[in-house]
Amino acid sequence: MSQMEEGSASLPAIRMVGIEKSFGAIMANRRASLEVMPGEIHALVGENGAGKSTLMRILGGLMKPDAGRVEVNGRDVTGWSTNEAIAAGIGIVHQHFMLVPTLTVAENLVLGCEPKTRGVVLDYNRAAEDVQKLSSDTGLVVAPERLIADLSVGEAQRVEILKVLFRGARILVLDEPTAVLSPPEVRELWTVLRRLRDNGDTIVLITHRLDEVVELSDTITVMRAGQTVARIKTSETTPAEIAKLMVGREVSLSAGKRVQPIGRASDVRPDQGLEVRNLGITGSHGVRVVDGVSFKVNPGEILGIAGVEGNGQTELIEALAGLRSVSSGDILIDGVDITRRPVAVRHDAGLSHIPEDRHRRGLILEYTVADNLILGLQKYFAKRGVIDDDRVMDNAIEEITAFDIRPGNPLLPARALSGGNQQKVVVAREMGRSFSVLLASQPTRGVDVGAIEFIHQQLLDARAKGKAILLVSAELNEVLALSDRIAVMYRGKFAVVMPAAEASEEVLGEYMIGTKKGNAA
Amino acid sequence: MTGSPLTAEIKPTVSGAPWRERAEEALFPPFVALLVALICGDLLILSYGQSPAAVYRLLLEGTWGNAYGFGQVLYKATTLAFTGLAVSFGLRAGLFNIGSESQLAAGGFAAALTGLALPVGTPLVLALPVCMIAAGLAGGVVGSVPAYLKTKFGAHEVIVTIMLNFIVLALLNWFIAGHLHVPETLHTPEIHAGALLRLADMFPRFHGSAANLSLVVAVLAAGVVWFYLFRARDGYDLRAVGLQPDAAEYGGISVGRVWLRALTLSGVIAGIGGINYVLGYKHYYEDGFAGGAGFMGIAVALVGRNHPIGVLIAAFFFATLSQGGLAIHAFVPKQMMDVLQGVVILAVAVSVPEVRRILRGARRRSDA
Repeated sequence: MSQMEEGSASLPAIRMVGIEKSFGAIMANRRASLEVMPGEIHALVGENGAGKSTLMRILGGLMKPDAGRVEVNGRDVTGWSTNEAIAAGIGIVHQHFMLVPTLTVAENLVLGCEPKTRGVVLDYNRAAEDVQKLSSDTGLVVAPERLIADLSVGEAQRVEILKVLFRGARILVLDEPTAVLSPPEVRELWTVLRRLRDNGDTIVLITHRLDEVVELSDTITVMRAGQTVARIKTSETTPAEIAKLMVGREVSLSAGKRVQPIGRASDVRPDQGLEVRNLGITGSHGVRVVDGVSFKVNPGEILGIAGVEGNGQTELIEALAGLRSVSSGDILIDGVDITRRPVAVRHDAGLSHIPEDRHRRGLILEYTVADNLILGLQKYFAKRGVIDDDRVMDNAIEEITAFDIRPGNPLLPARALSGGNQQKVVVAREMGRSFSVLLASQPTRGVDVGAIEFIHQQLLDARAKGKAILLVSAELNEVLALSDRIAVMYRGKFAVVMPAAEASEEVLGEYMIGTKKGNAA
Repeated sequence: MTGSPLTAEIKPTVSGAPWRERAEEALFPPFVALLVALICGDLLILSYGQSPAAVYRLLLEGTWGNAYGFGQVLYKATTLAFTGLAVSFGLRAGLFNIGSESQLAAGGFAAALTGLALPVGTPLVLALPVCMIAAGLAGGVVGSVPAYLKTKFGAHEVIVTIMLNFIVLALLNWFIAGHLHVPETLHTPEIHAGALLRLADMFPRFHGSAANLSLVVAVLAAGVVWFYLFRARDGYDLRAVGLQPDAAEYGGISVGRVWLRALTLSGVIAGIGGINYVLGYKHYYEDGFAGGAGFMGIAVALVGRNHPIGVLIAAFFFATLSQGGLAIHAFVPKQMMDVLQGVVILAVAVSVPEVRRILRGARRRSDA
């Protein structure tokens, strides 16, 4: 595809051909290729474990390919080191932030190449000036003197991007940049990326979200099972076609054929499900992070909570799950007051919880997949205090098969799985226990389309079986597609609760940013 | 390019974790540390104008080379195994128990008092468990104090256990010096029951060495600890808390209760270690008998990578160094062995992550 004879202007910024890379028996890349032209936004899409990250690690010098050729701006750089990659202007923005929380924005940016007065003391003012200048040039606005610990997720990400730009990157690789952002933050990021592209920078965007791919990218490379299956112009394709290429079959993008849940109106006792009365939670600085929230989730119903991150959703879910103490109000599961009961008692009362942060809460990363699949269920797998390994293993194989967790080896540590498969482990476990109320917090964060469809179907199945489900998601689409009723959380309160049929992205958006105020009980 | 054959046919397989990899990562750091220590040892010996080969030969002859020396190594390893197990038990729960020194002493004291209280002629099958329970209880009580203060008030266990060492050791000294000692000495009278057979009683070649049946108890204790950590439900909870307290809490595990249990049991293990000296060797409690074995347990746990089998091996290794110091005293100061121990600890602490990184790199290259 490359036309060397046309001169440097049309040389691809990145050209990777015939890349092979295996880890033991697993082939992460098999004859994978990627070609990115300078000054374009190139989307790299594929399911979890399709080999996108491996390909980018090879590009960034973190790994060496078994076979194949890597060229950057026409120069053969196969098997180079990270330092060489950075020097050549490759900047990778990782999904998980690598910032020092106790340092300021400016200090983080100059880390490793600090300007110094008399060779010793950090020239803080110069650092701050440099950062300020870069910040205003790119539109990535963050005050240089603020502490990382005080930043929101969106701001921290801006700092990550600034960091690679500060080191002179002209080719940016962003790994799942929007996974943790709220819709307004995503729009800001788009603006920044477009501006960078217009300045001549090259951007590779790894993402699962097809709407983003279509909205933002110029060209798309689709990977499946380690191979590159297609390279298409964005203007010539549709989300459905991309999804089909990624998964290898037709995928339904709008989750939700609504089935009327069994026995919803008739044989349900009025106290069934989840009931929250006037719940108040005081945060770290004495702020009421959740302020008098009351609602009820009935069996066979999904109540979706939308809202910009940081408006109390996290705290609300943690309080319901027993991981945070409340200052006022009551929580009832099937009529049983569990407001001040420990987590284990809530489990027994019928609570199941898919936590928003699988790395911190949902999984013990050093434990095997099999052991993770019994977290919170240990007592059912132990006889007289001893864990029954055979049953743990049977359970693991059952869940791995049912949820198509890959690689399907129950003895691998959870750390070794890709993000999407880790999430499947969590979902498999929480769906597998007996429960009547499910808290699903960001259930599909960082998960590929195939798995999203699957997890959505699981939620809908649970709803059809008469479970009460509270869904919190930063994805408005998800909330809109799955919920029966939707609440918008704004500054610790429910701004509005409305039937999903009356909701739309625009309406919810106005409540989310507080321009419209309803009166929710 | 559709319908790739690679995607569909992945079935669950229980192919164990890569054993070779795990063994390499477990064994390499101590091995590298040993190598570094040997080189440092060579240099030290040379600086005294001695031949390293000759000194090391002497060291081996004095420890593993004859039954007495070997017996002494086993005796020292027994106490270190208990304190090492105690520290590693706490570390598995993410807690640093620096208090095994005083827990060991308290255990020995309780064992001696019990042995004194029992009537003369109490059969060993009865006296040994009773003395062990007393020793374990005493260690456990000392261990539960920092545990309680941590769960109740958030007091850091490192500070509390260090402070408690001073308090407990001073209290024991006061008991002995003020009330319980045989005149002109700092030890209790000999116990009436619970005295353990020495190895020398069964194998005369060990004559004179202090090794005794506590060794068997130590190996059994390692087995029990292993079972508890890796097979029992409580062990699942304990390791979960040590690895990721947030996830453990999410999984319905009471983190505070696990802390309480872990530090208390850590104290129990260290306390039982007191029987080695009291029941097995001297048959009385003597002030200061712990002699740093509790602190050395930290090094043993570290070098043993918090695994019961590793702890046993590390205990044996440190006991060899300590006994070897006496053997080579004529040529170089025995403090040289202390220096070597320090080098080993430092080298292990440094090499654990470093060696792992290098190993991974090498594997990556060999894959390429």
